[in-house]
Amino acid sequence: MSERVLRSATELAPAPHTGVGTASSPRPVAELRKGGQKPSPPVTALNPLITFFSSLRLTVACLAFGIVLVLWGTLAQVEIGTFKAQNEFFRSLFIYWTPKGSALRIPIFPGGYSLGFLLLTNLLTAHFTRFKWTIKKAGIWITHFGLILLLLGQLLTDMLARESVVKLYEGETKNYSEDFRGTELVLIDKTDPQSDLVFSIPDKLVREQAEIHDSRLPLALRIKKVWPNAAVVKPDSQAPMAVPSGATAGNLKDYRLIPEAPVSENDQRNSAAALVEVLNGTQPLGSFFLTVLSSGGQSFSLGGKQYELGLRFVRYYYPFSLTLLKATHEQYRGTKTPKNFASRVRVQNSDQNEARETTIYMNNPLRYAGLTFYQYQMLAGEMAREAGEAPNSVFQVVRNPGWLTPYLSCVLITLGLVIQFGMHLVGFVRRRSISPKRANAAA
Amino acid sequence: MKILFKIIPWFFVALFGSEIIAVFFAPKKDGAMHTREFARLPVVMNGRVQPFDSVGRNTLLQIRSTGDVPLEEVPSWKFWHHPKKLKSTDWLLEVLFKPESADERPIFLIHHPDLLAELNLQDKGVKKSLLRYYTFNQLKPVLAEIGKQGDQARQVDEKLRNPFQKQVVKLENAVGLYVMMKSAIRPPGWDDLEAELNTFEQDIPGGVKAVLARDSGQPYDKVVFERFGAPLSELLELSKDPNAGQSFPLVVPPSNPSQNRDAWNSVAQAIVESVREGKIPAPVKYLAALGTAYSTGKTDAFNTAVADYKAWFEQNDFAPEVKKGRNEFFFNDTKAFLHSMIIYICAFILACLSLLFLSLVPLVGEIFRRSSFYIIALAFVVHTFGLGFRMYLEGRPPVTNLYSSAIFIGWGAVIFGLVLERVYKLGLGNVVASFAGFVTLLIAHNLAIGGDTMEMMRAVLDTNFWLATHVVVVTLGYASTFVAGFLAILYIFLGLLTPILRQKISARDASALAASAAPGGVPAAVVTAAVMKTQAGKIDVGQALSKMVYAILCFATLFSFTGTVLGGIWADQSWGRFWGWDPKENGALMIVLWNALVLHARWGGLVRERGIMNLAVFGNILTSFSWFGVNMLGVGLHSYGFMDAAFNWLMAFVGSQLVIIGLGLLPLNFWRSYRSAAVPPPIPGMSPEPQTT
Repeated sequence: MSERVLRSATELAPAPHTGVGTASSPRPVAELRKGGQKPSPPVTALNPLITFFSSLRLTVACLAFGIVLVLWGTLAQVEIGTFKAQNEFFRSLFIYWTPKGSALRIPIFPGGYSLGFLLLTNLLTAHFTRFKWTIKKAGIWITHFGLILLLLGQLLTDMLARESVVKLYEGETKNYSEDFRGTELVLIDKTDPQSDLVFSIPDKLVREQAEIHDSRLPLALRIKKVWPNAAVVKPDSQAPMAVPSGATAGNLKDYRLIPEAPVSENDQRNSAAALVEVLNGTQPLGSFFLTVLSSGGQSFSLGGKQYELGLRFVRYYYPFSLTLLKATHEQYRGTKTPKNFASRVRVQNSDQNEARETTIYMNNPLRYAGLTFYQYQMLAGEMAREAGEAPNSVFQVVRNPGWLTPYLSCVLITLGLVIQFGMHLVGFVRRRSISPKRANAAA
Repeated sequence: MKILFKIIPWFFVALFGSEIIAVFFAPKKDGAMHTREFARLPVVMNGRVQPFDSVGRNTLLQIRSTGDVPLEEVPSWKFWHHPKKLKSTDWLLEVLFKPESADERPIFLIHHPDLLAELNLQDKGVKKSLLRYYTFNQLKPVLAEIGKQGDQARQVDEKLRNPFQKQVVKLENAVGLYVMMKSAIRPPGWDDLEAELNTFEQDIPGGVKAVLARDSGQPYDKVVFERFGAPLSELLELSKDPNAGQSFPLVVPPSNPSQNRDAWNSVAQAIVESVREGKIPAPVKYLAALGTAYSTGKTDAFNTAVADYKAWFEQNDFAPEVKKGRNEFFFNDTKAFLHSMIIYICAFILACLSLLFLSLVPLVGEIFRRSSFYIIALAFVVHTFGLGFRMYLEGRPPVTNLYSSAIFIGWGAVIFGLVLERVYKLGLGNVVASFAGFVTLLIAHNLAIGGDTMEMMRAVLDTNFWLATHVVVVTLGYASTFVAGFLAILYIFLGLLTPILRQKISARDASALAASAAPGGVPAAVVTAAVMKTQAGKIDVGQALSKMVYAILCFATLFSFTGTVLGGIWADQSWGRFWGWDPKENGALMIVLWNALVLHARWGGLVRERGIMNLAVFGNILTSFSWFGVNMLGVGLHSYGFMDAAFNWLMAFVGSQLVIIGLGLLPLNFWRSYRSAAVPPPIPGMSPEPQTT
């Protein structure tokens, strides 16, 4: 696309030389001056880089590449899903192409991060070299400052934002949320009835054939097999695709599983599973089949202590707890169209000696302690009865320190554009309304 | 001639205005049978209170894709001859109370030759403008086959169905809708609704006793049991229909409106509930009375029942519902958008004539220009009225779905066009305004075929604040980008086919424009209007167009940017993600990037007049992709379902825009405006000759 733009520019450039071009050429000069670009700064041998990075050509090229990228990334979502497309196209330095039958990753197009970075550099260099601090440029300054804020804010969000979910049945209380995708292997020492001692082994260590020895762990673990996504069926199931897990111990010993391709849609979760052997020193105690689908872990005892081994979504603990008091799902009369999803919740924070009730519903999240709780999914009312499940509500929990930046930059950019175009408009109207009068006076 | 100059434009306003006044302010008379009064009565369907009129109209639109049923054949060349039509409410009355007549109405459209062959229907049906319509009776022998084919087709994913399968599914849906509507009020077999209902009501005490006795194994009255039990079990079955309220209306208002206004019921539900109290609710009785009167053709009885039912509503605290029904009927009946569409197309013709004459016979051109401008303003008033009334009926900001976005985009585009015309009196704004108004309303008209356009908003969209800010602003962004694109198309066509682009603007405008064109140059004010006239202005039509496009692009950037970011903020409010790379968000982002690109390319001198125009035309493609295309991808939170017909139109539109860009790229010696023109003499006192950069 950018090619086309540049080509049409070069094609049109010679026009003023021809007789034809004269008629239509006064504008570019006048507009160039008006549009805010100073006559090009003197190019010295020292700073061709600066000239390049501050040029409007780079801006236009970046924008053109950006449009192609967005279009491509949007169309790709049909095939590979939103989540994967996001990572491949927008949260990446380059878009890679892998020829069939090879493992090569050939960069063929700049990704979102490269373009964002280039645009940011372009903006900053242009402002430091080309632009003048004048009141006439105030609109442009404000707009561009807002844009920088927006880009940086989104980078910040990409780096720091964390999304997790918490599912609560009516009456249930939790002081943690679960990661949407990331899993952890946990070993829980349940010996003390008052409190549990939890050893959490992060996702990246849970690889096939890995052995986990750590002085902090009371025992060693050997990861025998990992399934990124698998459905689990009961021992008596007739499912033809089901395979045995290979477990030798635990209450899921005879369960079988159906391996599935990992999903990448925004709102789909993988149900990871693993086969883990517990070692007492080098002595195997048995292999346990673990899956995020089972609610609790698998118990065993060793050396007079009670342990539980489990695979679960990573938990984030908070110094306060959330209780679901009531989940309400309303539909418009005679239709299946949802009218309202609302969850009445109680926030209990003993540190702050705080206990209050509030309602979370669509477009009305709860912001608390740097976290935002959004109404995400719900099973309540008629639907819950039909599904034979207790009413429950799922909240999306987002921690995003940069959440305010878009609000600010929206205000700034809108203001900047209004000032900039407003000045054009006011000037235009003033000239229009004055000139006929003056013309009459002159006559 | 001077007189004509003043009179003719006003003549056009009077012509169209009088029709509007007639439609809006002269109430139409009801026939002998007060069906219009019946049409206003409120019911609940699709989750909202609406009049019977809307039920009939939307159902017929879904089945037949038209708002009424033509009753006679008129050759299409006799366009002045209005064929007799069965209005939607009259059709609905037949379906509800006189099914034997309704079964004879040609309403089912089948045009796929394979399907016609499969169903053996080639020689039957009513042919109208190349389409074949069938009556329910004609389809009766093949209903089983339709069901079978439909079930097979449904197993294929919606997007993968071939035209045959799509049509089968559509036909099956239409037949299903029709059959359900037939038993919406009158249970099947209750030919004389009023009499059957009375018998049933009298049987309630005896019947209940008989049922209870039988259940406890005691002797019971077999005759009463049979007479009461059979219809009751049928009603029980009907009352459990999950389609009640979605495919057919809930017509019985709640018995206790002060407690729960929403608890409307279907007739079957209401009768089943009434068994407990032993008394059929009054609304059912009124409906039965008017139904029987209608099916037996008793005009007076029908009118009395309708009037009584309406009075009952008002006495029982249903004034808001009655008002809603009345207002929505008025809205349906006036067809504001259709009227403004007709005026827009007439204005478009006048605007084109004005462009044609403006250079040949300026005075005639000016007459056409003014006429066009005035009646666009008139159409705009009607358009605004329709938009405003819809907002009032829905209690919502103007844009709530794709249908209303088309209406609003048109509305915004017309404003832009009118303002441009007011500033540059060249007739170009007229062309854009009337064209945009006509086309967008035509698009809306076709989108309405899907059924109810005032559906309730699902929970996440149920926020007037964001609908009023994000949606309105981003839609204005679409509108302005389209306006810029259409001005650019005008530039390309005028440049290629006419010498107009090189013509100087009339003195009056030139003086103003000159001032704006060269702020640092010699003030235009020193040149008097008279001098200007003899020397010709220094700005030509092409330059004026270029300025218009630039100004509109500035607005487009502002609106699309602010609207897009507001959308992000809404997303942050509702699910905690400012930007999720959802296709609709991306579509809007592309428009923002594109507008920014065009402006920066212009400021950087990378493109000139023609370049900007070609870029602006490409903006049309991106905007149409964002408006319609992304909905067709079927991913993301904004996907409203795949639209076949729209897809073909979109592709055709994109193709046409690419062709226009191709034309715009033709070398200048193909351009009539530029090829043979001699260099005009330099104008004294003007800005110096341009230099190449």
